[in-house]
Amino acid sequence: MAEAEILHPGLFSSIQDLGRFGLREFGVPVSGAMDQQAAGMANLMNGNEPDTAVLEITLQGPKMKFTGPTQIAISGADLSPELDGVKLENYKIYSVLPGQVLSFGRRNTGYRAYLAVKNGFKTEKLLKSRSWSPGITPHNRLEKGMKLPFLGSEARGSEKNAAVNPDAYITSAVIEAFRGPEFELLSASEKETLEKGNFSAAKESNRMGIQFQEKLENSLQPILTSPVLPGTVQLTPSGTLIVLMRDGQTTGGYPRILQLSEAGINTLAQKLPGEKLQLKLIKYK
Amino acid sequence: MREYPKIIRLGERAILLEFEPEISLEILKKLLSLKRYLQEKLLKQDVEVTNTYNSLLISYVSPIEDAYGEVFRLFEEFKAAKISFKYQIRLFHIPVCYDENFALDLEEISRAKKLSKEEIIGLHSSVDYLVYFTGFLPGFLYLGGLPETLHFSRKIHPRQSVPKGAVGIGEKQTGIYPQASPGGWNIIGNSPVPLFDPTANPPCEIRSGDMIRFYPVSLEEHEKIKEEVQRGKFHFKIEQNG
Repeated sequence: MAEAEILHPGLFSSIQDLGRFGLREFGVPVSGAMDQQAAGMANLMNGNEPDTAVLEITLQGPKMKFTGPTQIAISGADLSPELDGVKLENYKIYSVLPGQVLSFGRRNTGYRAYLAVKNGFKTEKLLKSRSWSPGITPHNRLEKGMKLPFLGSEARGSEKNAAVNPDAYITSAVIEAFRGPEFELLSASEKETLEKGNFSAAKESNRMGIQFQEKLENSLQPILTSPVLPGTVQLTPSGTLIVLMRDGQTTGGYPRILQLSEAGINTLAQKLPGEKLQLKLIKYK
Repeated sequence: MREYPKIIRLGERAILLEFEPEISLEILKKLLSLKRYLQEKLLKQDVEVTNTYNSLLISYVSPIEDAYGEVFRLFEEFKAAKISFKYQIRLFHIPVCYDENFALDLEEISRAKKLSKEEIIGLHSSVDYLVYFTGFLPGFLYLGGLPETLHFSRKIHPRQSVPKGAVGIGEKQTGIYPQASPGGWNIIGNSPVPLFDPTANPPCEIRSGDMIRFYPVSLEEHEKIKEEVQRGKFHFKIEQNG
């Protein structure tokens, strides 16, 4: 098995696929790529199945050396990837030869990039998924010296590139959301703040949840502990809004005032702490 | 006021069925019957049905065109058929060591309640708790049935880390932390049994609708059971009742 040897871990990276479906019963978070559109695109370009494991890279990318040949595609955030010091572009396929080093530099757009190798990373599968998740898998972040296995595949030279660079959803400030089960309990002014206000992700955000810096007045009582999903927006007693993300818990007792659309979750996954965003309330078709 | 259950969309790939906001065996039985019915009618690889105290969540692996219509129709069918499944109730016996090494807050509860530690331990291990569902953390069981005498408010300053297996009391609830985690409950003991094992299939043995009863063990027994767990030799003591 060929490997990508981690020379420098960067800020925070983890192996992710589509996650663990069917294990909510046991309180297991679904996990998987935060921005599933980007992860899916990197796999698609590489001819991989949708549930293939990719590396999710947050803000500052790692540096890694490949011990075998493969082809790679990078999607999502533009973190200035380079192969042996030569600039790469997102949404293109590149051949990688044994010994070559992939590194990342300045962030241009987005927050999370995805690296797919041909046939995917073959790290350990636990509970039907390779997604790293705290409390489930032995690791939850990339560390120096780790070796990510993959099946070496003949480098084929340059292949056709993806037709579009779907950057628009990554740089968009608009996050789509449906009304949540407890939305109607909000006061008129709370609803207006939600629809008209500016929000931004707080520093205390991670794969479990993204908090907003701006608070809402909160007059709601807690609810009986109930199901929550990635994209559920909870209103805590202190008025903080927490959007549960892919590693989020399966149940919660705070009012669920909004539910982000799938597209909304993907876009939110690409927001830097402090970056301005607006919520756009949409209706079910 | 809409009538229960409310059928609510939760995003593009889940439907919520919400019953009266109550914690009761009656509601749980109704939920579990409906859950079983839906599980039989829907494709398991594409749909997962889970419950909490008063909700069922039907979640689809990918966004689906008419999930709402499908769930609505199945619920109407279920109501019309007046189906009620018979459940075999399983009672799990769970060892808890209430030794002061683990029971960080037993003293405080004892003083506040004017009950001896032995009385508290006796009460805590004298009743059968109903497992409503698993949530919050992998393997964390939401239990009902804590005797009212033992209800005790959460700690004002939650601990940064509560050890794996810690048995705690928070308000009207008692439970076991399946892994080390921050926690605000009052810790009165520790259970060495495995509540969640990601390498096992299924990763949790105890499920919604089961009952559990605690029994006190000494430090030595706690240590012995812990070793059994590590060697893969531990088996739950389970009683099956009609």
